[in-house]
Amino acid sequence: MIKTLFKFVFTVMLVGCVSSNNGTLYQQLNGKQGVEKLVESFINQIGHDEQILAYFKQSNVAHFRQGFITHLCSVTDGPCEYKGDNMVDIHTGMNISKKDFNRVVELLINAMDEQQIPQTVQNKILSRLAPLRPEIIDI
Amino acid sequence: MKHLNWLFGLTFIVFTSSGFAASGKLLATPGVSQVEGSAGGGIVPWAQLAGYASDDEIALNGFCSRTNVSDYRLDVCGAQLNVYDRVEFSYAEQRFEVPALNTDIEQSITGAKVRLYGDIVYSKWPQLSLGMQHKSLDDGSIASLLGAKDTSGTDIYLAASKLHLGALAGYNWFWNTTFRYSDANQLGLLGFGGPDSDKKLLFEASTAVFLTHEIALGVEYRVKSNNLGLGEQDWQDVFVAWFPNKYVSITAAWLDLGSIAGAEDQTGWYLSVTGYW
Repeated sequence: MIKTLFKFVFTVMLVGCVSSNNGTLYQQLNGKQGVEKLVESFINQIGHDEQILAYFKQSNVAHFRQGFITHLCSVTDGPCEYKGDNMVDIHTGMNISKKDFNRVVELLINAMDEQQIPQTVQNKILSRLAPLRPEIIDI
Repeated sequence: MKHLNWLFGLTFIVFTSSGFAASGKLLATPGVSQVEGSAGGGIVPWAQLAGYASDDEIALNGFCSRTNVSDYRLDVCGAQLNVYDRVEFSYAEQRFEVPALNTDIEQSITGAKVRLYGDIVYSKWPQLSLGMQHKSLDDGSIASLLGAKDTSGTDIYLAASKLHLGALAGYNWFWNTTFRYSDANQLGLLGFGGPDSDKKLLFEASTAVFLTHEIALGVEYRVKSNNLGLGEQDWQDVFVAWFPNKYVSITAAWLDLGSIAGAEDQTGWYLSVTGYW
């Protein structure tokens, strides 16, 4: 019984390794339109979260929207190049805690859920954004 | 279970009065509670510290589990305190029921774990933690009868774990490996050491894939030593863990615990619930 279950779980994992999706992450996000909708949802999530909204008091929402759209387009291999301020410059002085960083990740996940972005695409987007954490927190 | 009632009572008073709950980690990343009380899977302690405390929070969790195999039953309840995601303290009480002998074996386990490096999600290298579990049998007569050297003992372990985002065709993949230095017989329920057997370095591992944000499917393996010469075998399980929110997790597993005290093929099920504050 347990041997069969073991085999089943490992098969699920192996199949997962071998199979692959078509197109860039950007295409899987439904391109420009998808990215814009996602960023809109994300901004909406932030707007309803007191803890995180506090960090945005000095921000220009339109500037943030455009910057994040281009940034997301760029990290998902879309036809954009992010030339905005670098992560360190943006977040220096904000002193963002690990807890609040994770809260923002959760708001992004909420936004992706809201836009019905598939689990696998969500995870891949997060895996590309996660390495930026050292340039964002505790500075 | 006297100590536990006291502990839960105190916890309840402290945490209901403060209206406080740690939430600084991502959902599911603390893992669940293993049978010796540490944060982990079901049978393996993991590198994560229990609960959702981030580096500026304190978390307290309580759990109970039941293991039901062919000839035995193991009930465990315990609690863990996470201080600033740096140190985990744990306490668990185990009751091992042996219907054939119409007897129970009870053991209490006090544990501590220190996070040495990293974060299972964000750091480049796996999160690394060093832990200990001090175990003490309430009544060591059965252990002594079977030839165990001691009725209490201390395990030391080093655990490494990592969550790889989107690594399996887009699904999140988790793994943990643990090296344990121990002379415990069947977790210590049958005492510590044997006639000519001492502490050994034992390997344990777990791996899981997250099917959704909330559900993980995984397997575990734990190497055991055979100090008593009673044919003690390695343990393994297949589990499903469900994290509906940051306040509760529920884990179900199918286990193969091999031979226990001469009774072979101990297979069965496991159910565990952890509450997080």
